Amino acid sequence: MAKQSALKAGSKFPTPSPAPVKQTIPDFDRLIHERMRLGIVSALVANRSLTFNELKDLLESTDGNLSVHARKLEEAGYIACTKSFAGRMPRTEYTLTSEGRKALEKYVNHMEALIGVMKKTGENA
Amino acid sequence: MASAEPARKNSPPTPIHSHALDNLRYIRETMERAGAFTAVPGWGGVAMGGTALAAAGLASHAKSPAMWMTWWIGEAVLAIAIGIFAMWRKADSAGLALWSAPARKFAFSFVPPLLAGALLTVVLFKVGPTSAIPGMWLLLYGTGVMAGGAFSIPLVPVMGACFLADGALALLTPFSLADFWLGLGFGGLHIVYGAIIARRYGG
Repeated sequence: MAKQSALKAGSKFPTPSPAPVKQTIPDFDRLIHERMRLGIVSALVANRSLTFNELKDLLESTDGNLSVHARKLEEAGYIACTKSFAGRMPRTEYTLTSEGRKALEKYVNHMEALIGVMKKTGENA
Repeated sequence: MASAEPARKNSPPTPIHSHALDNLRYIRETMERAGAFTAVPGWGGVAMGGTALAAAGLASHAKSPAMWMTWWIGEAVLAIAIGIFAMWRKADSAGLALWSAPARKFAFSFVPPLLAGALLTVVLFKVGPTSAIPGMWLLLYGTGVMAGGAFSIPLVPVMGACFLADGALALLTPFSLADFWLGLGFGGLHIVYGAIIARRYGG
């Protein structure tokens, strides 16, 4: 069964590229550009700290997906993670670091600059 | 068995700037869903600060208490109008409704102290120590900003606290300095924090 589906996947569907490519935008913080990661950072700007489960509900994500992206942000130093116990349940809490905040600001500025440029060229066209 | 597959876009490439708009909208929406009121106006705050500085200048040369009061009440009405317009524009530019759940929380925390301030102004102007009015305005405005700011970006409560401090100074110093403290608060604080909000949070 597994073999078959693997074969099928191999032959019929060429490996799908995970994210649409946008080469047109130079020097771009790709780390934060990804939807889930942008969501994590945005949610943490609004709240001092959020638990893993709160983030999961907020972003309508799965355990696996969220933890993968949260780890990427953590490795980049954009968010900090503290693990503790609430009674017997493990509790993971995330906060935004100042680098993370700066990264989002930079990203927002970049987006606004893009919009500004596009508006101007749009008016000329 | 939840299908976690995101909707894949196979449509022809959309212009980059609509992606950018979409990304900005997503950031704001996520913040709103995380419980934050994001339509705090940055440039609107700067404009309110500008009119307040003008009011402080004009009021300090007022010939009578009634004239002084007229300048400041005129400024309050103007600032409220600017504030509402700026909030509406900021929400609208992101494609969000102004009257969201976080906005309701913000309004229900922010407006009551202002209403209390309006009533106390009438009473104090008629019967009470008029010199307490400027400090009372700053204190109650700061109270509203701090309370409402709990539902917004962390910078807003900090601005509220600055208004409280400014109000305390206004109450503890002679009335002749009132226009200075009012100008510093409604003018200076609005301009400084408005500019920071505008730069950091887009508008």
